[in-house]
Amino acid sequence: MNPFSYERATDAASAIRLANATAATRYLGGGTNLVDLMREHIEQPEVLVDVTPLAQTIEVRADGSMLIGAAVKNTALASDAHVRQAFPLLSRAILAGASAQIRNMATVAGNILQRTRCTYFYDEAARCNKRKPGCGCDALQGFNRYHAILGASDDCVATHPSDLCVALVALDAVVHLQGAAGSRSLPLTELHRLPGAHPEHETELQPHELITAIEIPALAFAGHSAYRKVRDRSSYAFALVSVAAALDVDAQGRVRDVRLALGGVAHKPWRASKAEAVLRGQAATEATFLAAADAELAAARGLRDNGFKIELARRTIVAVLQQLTEARA
Amino acid sequence: MNAEQKPAPSQWQPGVTPDEVMHRHGMIGKPVSRLDGPLKVAGKARFAAEVPYEHLAHAALVHSSIARGRISELKTEAARAAPGVILVLTYQNMPRLQNPPLFGSAPKAVGASTLPVMQNEHITWNGQPVALVLAETHEQAEYAASLIEVRYDVLPAKTDFDAAKRQARAPDTILGEPPAIEIGDAEANLQAAAFKVDATYRTPRYNHNAIELHAATVAWQGDELTVHDATQMLNGTAWTIAQLFGIDEKNVRVLSPYVGGGFGGKALWDHQILAIAAARLAQRPVRIVLSRASVFRIVGGRTTTEQRVALGATQDGQLTALIHTGVAAMTPYNACPEQFSFPARHLYATQALKVAQQVADMDMMVNTFMRAPGESIGTFALESAIDELAGQMQLCPIELRRRIEPSKDPVSGLPFSSRHLLEAYQRGAERFGWDQRNPVPRSRRDGEWLIGMGVATATYPYYRMPGAAARIKLTNDGHLTVSIAAHEMGMGTATAQSQHVAERFGLPLEQVTFELGDTTLAAGSLAGGSSQTASIAAAVIAAGEQLIDQLLMLATGDSPLAGFKRDQVEAINGGLAVRGDTTRAETYAAILQRAGRTALQCEAPAPEPAELQHYSMHSFGAQFCEVKVSAITGEVRVTRFLGSFDTGRILNPKTAASQFRGGIVMGIGLALTEATEFDPRSGRIMNPSLAEYHVPVHLDVPEIDVMWTDIADPHSPIGARGIGEIGITGVGAAIANAVYNATGKRIRDLPITLDKLL
Ligand SMILES: Cc1cc2nc3c(=O)[nH]c(=O)nc-3n(C[C@H](O)[C@H](O)[C@H](O)COP(=O)(O)OP(=O)(O)OC[C@H]3O[C@@H](n4cnc5c(N)ncnc54)[C@H](O)[C@@H]3O)c2cc1C
Repeated sequence: MNPFSYERATDAASAIRLANATAATRYLGGGTNLVDLMREHIEQPEVLVDVTPLAQTIEVRADGSMLIGAAVKNTALASDAHVRQAFPLLSRAILAGASAQIRNMATVAGNILQRTRCTYFYDEAARCNKRKPGCGCDALQGFNRYHAILGASDDCVATHPSDLCVALVALDAVVHLQGAAGSRSLPLTELHRLPGAHPEHETELQPHELITAIEIPALAFAGHSAYRKVRDRSSYAFALVSVAAALDVDAQGRVRDVRLALGGVAHKPWRASKAEAVLRGQAATEATFLAAADAELAAARGLRDNGFKIELARRTIVAVLQQLTEARA
Repeated sequence: MNAEQKPAPSQWQPGVTPDEVMHRHGMIGKPVSRLDGPLKVAGKARFAAEVPYEHLAHAALVHSSIARGRISELKTEAARAAPGVILVLTYQNMPRLQNPPLFGSAPKAVGASTLPVMQNEHITWNGQPVALVLAETHEQAEYAASLIEVRYDVLPAKTDFDAAKRQARAPDTILGEPPAIEIGDAEANLQAAAFKVDATYRTPRYNHNAIELHAATVAWQGDELTVHDATQMLNGTAWTIAQLFGIDEKNVRVLSPYVGGGFGGKALWDHQILAIAAARLAQRPVRIVLSRASVFRIVGGRTTTEQRVALGATQDGQLTALIHTGVAAMTPYNACPEQFSFPARHLYATQALKVAQQVADMDMMVNTFMRAPGESIGTFALESAIDELAGQMQLCPIELRRRIEPSKDPVSGLPFSSRHLLEAYQRGAERFGWDQRNPVPRSRRDGEWLIGMGVATATYPYYRMPGAAARIKLTNDGHLTVSIAAHEMGMGTATAQSQHVAERFGLPLEQVTFELGDTTLAAGSLAGGSSQTASIAAAVIAAGEQLIDQLLMLATGDSPLAGFKRDQVEAINGGLAVRGDTTRAETYAAILQRAGRTALQCEAPAPEPAELQHYSMHSFGAQFCEVKVSAITGEVRVTRFLGSFDTGRILNPKTAASQFRGGIVMGIGLALTEATEFDPRSGRIMNPSLAEYHVPVHLDVPEIDVMWTDIADPHSPIGARGIGEIGITGVGAAIANAVYNATGKRIRDLPITLDKLL
């Protein structure tokens, strides 16, 4: 790990001011990802600005929407009463991630901005276009079980590893940002980028732009939702495939509305809009669910080790939608 | 082998009376809690990385990023100039050392390979240490290490097992056994058999992941070297280091009172040697603690194998052919061919047998012993095949094993010293509810979960390592101390041996001390091959005989014991008594006090393990498991597990249960979750961390039931055969067999990940 200095922000404005003082600054949340990457020399900040003193509040508005401070711990969000009742998929997604100790440290913003677990990204001896743009990608022909089946490029096949984000994109979450140029907000689906020719650009954030909060709009039927994560051991492993879904079926057994997102399949948390479009207005049956999954996965491509994830995603999508349908009946 | 070959040198050895202590039920067999437990819980047990020294310097390693070639350029200026740096060690300034004497090449040789340690510019594996940085703090050393730049001339490397296995060779020996054995014409019998199985099984690389990272704190004082190590081979380490550095073995003291998990991995690797060299150059005590990634790079693991098992059987379930052959990846510099064919040599009666092992040389970190090397993955292949055969014959797999139970060792023809495998099966089957199993695959289901049961034989050889001695000191307050350079890797060595000593000398536990973990004590043998308990016991018996002789020499005059010989007395109630007349007795304290002695001391080596020349000695077990497999995702969960063992006398049911359970947990990892990702393009391990290398988590491990026959082996000291490794054997097959029963899918390559079941 490189030597670095540590600063503690008191609020968003001070964080931005401290960060802009040096180019090589990183915001520090719980440090559970950033500090690991510093130990591996992949991140080499000279200054860390601790942003855990930022808002740790969870605000529930009258309409049921929520405003979640960027520094709220993953554990606190997962155990929030309103989250558990109104957005159970979010609580389940968080609890499916990492370990209790890590969740106790991890912040919401840090989770959103955690970096890929591609082992070639982690190893300085390997080629990685994220670490060294243009040098090539060793994962393409290497161990790529955990890699993308959707939206990948020849330059990068890494996935975004977050569980929390999968639930958030399903819920149309909006990210509140603040930077030197002022404040703005962005749908979470637009925060992370696909790798394309520039996998080193992972998000739409401006340099030193700060996440200040996450907003979740109200969604009445999200009380009936699920998160299913499929992985290589029963806990403490990243998703091979995960599915977040909320389903609203009317009295006639038709899908009135649906939210569906996938994890472990792409460089960003994957909102399954194509599947949603197939589902809306159709009978909530296995045939419809299969058609929806196929529509979403039509563009999926397997690599050496991860081709099975296409079928796995298909089955998991169908199983989760069936589970939600049966639980309703 | 000729039964008259060797004299039987001790009373429990062949031809003479079994050790009587094995049948006493006093301290032995009690569930005594680990004596070091309170120390560990309080953080007072001091491990190798925690020993304090003044002016301690801290080391960090730089590893090569290529598998084979030469260092063409080393840029160390920035590292030298970095804050706190004391020394940068590379092949350019490394003291000239002898090459390590290879494990097994001499009685105390424990070198992991014959490769020179940082003596030249050659690179022979990806991850090889190319520099060590010494600094005032650990953080400074790590930072400076990151500033070192190394350039290489790259040479082509053999890093692809599939390519390497085409040039496989037969090793000279497999741990002293012939690499190939043929009895009868197994291939012809197989062709002609009524039922046959002929299949290929593959097992991946696995890495050691003991909780305690490898670490050493080393210090020179003149020519004398002290090494605080985490090791399971104290005396071998001292001797081998002495050879490397060209110093007298007596000048090397190795201490290792506590080890946070060994499993075969806590051995002599490059890090201790480099730290010792650095300490000499810097004239400072040095501490080295490997990072988890460094453990993957410079500590060997279980190597990859491809195995063929073929079985031929008659209509009534007699084996006519048993074939177990295959290849394991190895290097030209080590001698660890992964004895996967050992179980097939001793387990079943067969008309014809063919075993043959080859090794494929690769450019990789040398592989090593890892809990039941060979037997763990050998039983995966063999016991999967037995299950396949039973399925084909529509025979209960336990019944098949009953029909092929041998009456003597199939290869040597020797009698088994003690073999109760069928009893272990029968008792295990009852307790587990084996009769609940539906032999038709895919016939039990609970919602999306397919349920299946599997069973497999566990087996591990009995070993007793030569070289151990015991020192006994008896003081005139009646307190007895046994000291021996033995190893405590958390399994309860001191506890079980204290019980043994208390029982043998008729003392309460509080009157007994068992000292270990230091080469200044009587020589120990290495803690490997599940041999330590028996090896120590044999030494304690030998020294104990001397002690009693000495006591009787003192018990003269008006002592009630005057004139009696050793075989006429027994140790009881804190002293000796005449057999059959316990009123004629005297306590140890009284004997010493009357003779005006404050203490008695004696030391004796264990006799050679002659019992192994007279008997085929193995432990056995039956592993039962139930799994559920998601019909949707292919996820496998072990829902129930029972290990039923026949391992001789159990000295302490509490510590023994932990050994069995721990082995089974590791077996669940072997079967379902663990695999080292060794990139065949670069020879680099790509998942050197506990995040990406998946050892089982709590949720992967159900409650594990264990039971044992507790039948003392009359031909091993105190009747115990060793229990550290057998727990992992058979687990891979039991799980694979259960997965087959649940799903109808036979998975022959480990680990059984969900993609194989979709
Ligand atoms: C062994 C292991 C297993 C794991 N398993 C899972 C899993 O299964 N599922 C899962 O989802 N996650 C998993 N994680 C990842 C874990 O969830 C993340 O490490 C954690 O959420 C990151 O949060 P943090 O606050 O510690 O972030 P940090 O490490 O502090 O920061 C991460 C990044 O976010 C930036 N950042 C932090 N706060 C802000 C802010 N307010 N504005 C702008 N930038 C900011 C930092 O600069 C840094 O780049 C695992 C981690 C480990 C180590």
